[in-house]
Amino acid sequence: MIEVQNLTKDYGRHRAIDDISFSVEKGEILGFLGPNAAGKTTVMRILTCFFPPTMGRATVAGYDCFEDSLEVRKRIGYLPERVPLYEDMTARDYLTFAAGIKGMPAKAIKGRVARVMGDFGLEEVSNKMIRTLSKGYRQRMGLAQAVVNDPQVLILDEPTVGLDPKQIKEVRKLIKEMAGKRTVILSTHILPEVSILCGRVIIINKGKLVAVDRPENLTSKDSGRMFLQIDGSLDGIEQELAHLDGVKGVEREQVASEGSHGFIVEFDDEKRVRQNLHSMIAQKGWELVEMRPAGTSLEDIFIELVTREEA
Amino acid sequence: MNVRSVGLLFKRELQSYFGSLIAYVTITMFLVIAGYFFYNLLATFSVVSFQAQTNAMLARQYQLLNINETVVRPLFGNISIIMLLMTPLLTMRLFSEEKKTGTIELLLTYPVKDVEVVISKFLACFVVFLVMILLTVTFPILLMALGEPEVMPIITGYLGLILLGAAFVSLGMFTSSLTENQIVSASICLGVLFFFWLMSYSAAFVSADFGRVITYLSINEHIASLAKGVVDTEDVIYYLCFTALFLFLTLRSLESKRWR
Repeated sequence: MIEVQNLTKDYGRHRAIDDISFSVEKGEILGFLGPNAAGKTTVMRILTCFFPPTMGRATVAGYDCFEDSLEVRKRIGYLPERVPLYEDMTARDYLTFAAGIKGMPAKAIKGRVARVMGDFGLEEVSNKMIRTLSKGYRQRMGLAQAVVNDPQVLILDEPTVGLDPKQIKEVRKLIKEMAGKRTVILSTHILPEVSILCGRVIIINKGKLVAVDRPENLTSKDSGRMFLQIDGSLDGIEQELAHLDGVKGVEREQVASEGSHGFIVEFDDEKRVRQNLHSMIAQKGWELVEMRPAGTSLEDIFIELVTREEA
Repeated sequence: MNVRSVGLLFKRELQSYFGSLIAYVTITMFLVIAGYFFYNLLATFSVVSFQAQTNAMLARQYQLLNINETVVRPLFGNISIIMLLMTPLLTMRLFSEEKKTGTIELLLTYPVKDVEVVISKFLACFVVFLVMILLTVTFPILLMALGEPEVMPIITGYLGLILLGAAFVSLGMFTSSLTENQIVSASICLGVLFFFWLMSYSAAFVSADFGRVITYLSINEHIASLAKGVVDTEDVIYYLCFTALFLFLTLRSLESKRWR
């Protein structure tokens, strides 16, 4: 559905994105991850035909974003990061305007606008000026205008930023519901969002592509990690753990309860470590309070990838 | 060009003029100043005509004393100056505001052509301008109730004002497309308009040929003959070309994001 080849964009002397290539299949939700100023918005602006790349090529649904920009723009819905809406229009008027300008047949507009306002919970503000809307409603307006003509591709620049937890949940649900029917690219710097929503993740840093993979593939690595909480003497436990067969590393982890100590243990063979652990604890007379897998979080991967790039 | 898109954009643009105070305040101020000029021109005319009744010398001096020469023509001159001052206030927001608030990003990623955006914005601002100009028709109507002015020069004078307005608006829209700062846009617009207005001043100090060129290029030279009732295609073409040139430059300025 979306093909990006060797995309490069220079702003004067500054290279905002550098040789980025990826593709997105129909119905996929692709997450765009990266620190601020990594070039996420630049890629999105090229895909939405706001400006062309300096080098490289991007196509949406087989149309080139530069050559056939009008055809591309008919097929996408875009939510820019700042959610720029005409402040002096009412919510309903704006959506009606957006539907019309996106080429919806005049007869279908009224019904479609009512439907979208229902989907996004905008009925109660339908006659309010956009400038009076709260951040949450604005964000929903932004999403509503993006989907109002039922586009094949949605490009959402930080769709959940500035929303309260309940709204974030709602917006995520809305995006999730769109998967399958539409192709979605969304950018974010909220990491759990990616694992919740996206089938695939692209991590970019300083304009360069750092990683492309499924979130679960990024998080599961060769060595496993588990969290242990054990009652006993801190130093003793740590020493024994470190010498346990199969354990590659031990880190202390704060826990709330008194007399109990937390550790993150890194290992290569889970079964063997677990067996050794049980016998060790029984032998020493300690008590195992908690044991759970502590899979490497996306956050760690992200920071690792981003800092590795910088080093 | 898609007529429906132009229509929708035009309607939206007009809505933001009349949905806010911009149009009302600008038009009101314009009418107040224009009305003040009209009142003074008329008062002068009536005082002079009254004196000429008793003073034969004065009457001879004002042989050509008629309402067209002393009220209508200067009125058009005055109105065009007020227009010049008001135009930047109407045009400065056209693109600058959209750039500042970022709405341009959504607008230009909707499936509309740049030319449709330019045309619709121009038309919307031009319509506000037409409303402003056409409200001054009350002045000649008053004149007709009080005296017997020639109608033809009034009609061609309005034609001149409308053409002049189109030229002003297109220039203002162009300067608005250059910057996201409305004040900067208005300042450039005002400066360039004044330059075109005063250009013919230096015609006397340069060679005759060059003098003719700058006189022709000067924006107010053309309104004068129209206000006299003379419709010269040369003048009409001047304004149309001026408008077309700045519409074209606006389009280019908008497209420049593609190669900058």
